[in-house]
Amino acid sequence: MAQEITLGQLRNWLILYADRIIAEEEQLTRLDTAIGDADHGVNMRRGMEKVRERLLDPENHYADVGTLFRSVAMTLISAVGGAAGPLYGTFFLRAATSPNSGSRVDLSQFTRMLRFGLDGLQQRGKAYVDDKTMVDAIQPAVEAMEAALASQQSWAVALAAAKQAARLGMEHTIEIRANKGRASYLGDRSIGHQDPGATSAYLLFETAVAALSTSAPLKVNGQEPAAASPRSVPTQAGKQKNTD
Amino acid sequence: MIGLVFVSHSRLIADGLCQLADQMASGAVKMASAGGLLDEERYTLGTDTLRIVDAIERVWSEDGVLLLVDMGSAVLSAEMALELLPDEKRSRCTISNAPLVEGAIVAALHAGMGGTLAEVNAAAEEALHARKVDRMVGGVKRET
Repeated sequence: MAQEITLGQLRNWLILYADRIIAEEEQLTRLDTAIGDADHGVNMRRGMEKVRERLLDPENHYADVGTLFRSVAMTLISAVGGAAGPLYGTFFLRAATSPNSGSRVDLSQFTRMLRFGLDGLQQRGKAYVDDKTMVDAIQPAVEAMEAALASQQSWAVALAAAKQAARLGMEHTIEIRANKGRASYLGDRSIGHQDPGATSAYLLFETAVAALSTSAPLKVNGQEPAAASPRSVPTQAGKQKNTD
Repeated sequence: MIGLVFVSHSRLIADGLCQLADQMASGAVKMASAGGLLDEERYTLGTDTLRIVDAIERVWSEDGVLLLVDMGSAVLSAEMALELLPDEKRSRCTISNAPLVEGAIVAALHAGMGGTLAEVNAAAEEALHARKVDRMVGGVKRET
């Protein structure tokens, strides 16, 4: 039987992602100051603090993966503020509508969720690979997952391939000119700068390796994620707020 | 009569447009603003999809709602807001290509005259081409 990951692990992944974004606020702001309107860091930090708060709230129970992702999506679309809000919001909202998502997902279902998210993101933002956007990190990562799935690889191998592909895609944005968003007004002057959206998107896959590579949850009872202690979730030093 | 929603990164711009357009339409048209982003109880620059949904609901009628937006994430947030509406409402909402300020004023006038959603939007989008000054060429005022 195919290995499955639990709702609790997915929740941990999203909390870990929120922690990384919060920790990387300055770096994202720095990147967005070079070619954008310098708001990606603060917008993503604001959105992810809300996501984190909601996911750690013991009052919130998530019946299935779709509910969990929908909750993240709705939080992001109302709290982020910039273009990243509707873009990440659409990514998670569409991922939530992927079929076969219950309280556990196998690699095939998870990969399809990411594919649904990517397709939604592209519909919303009308961006393609090499436009210097989030898509430059997410699309190669999803394709790497799909290739790993096709050759019957494990979660660990698939996620490592996705992370590597996302990293290369993110780094490739340094070499290309922006065709979307405010950075596109800079034309060739956008070349030489890494895209902040691709950077925040890469972190999604970096944290997925840490949170989802093992089928053994990180000290969290996957059946009852809402009952799990928030303190068992690894956090960036000094960034954890006392929310309980 | 159709309703109008003004979406801007700036709360002041969206609220100000409501004031301006409401006066133009002599208070006859339902309009709502969705400007800025509420962050810890204070407004900052940004757009909020859920506030756009709320604004649409406030001015909703069967005749539909025209959304006027500034740019960038205002467009994405407005599109996302439509996606969150039920199908029967979404099909009666239009995001206009009109410039925000000029479009809002023209839309308020035409909505007040009972124009349909398509008619009001067409009139508002015409405002893209409105000329405000005639350039002086060689010190002589150009014809037309």
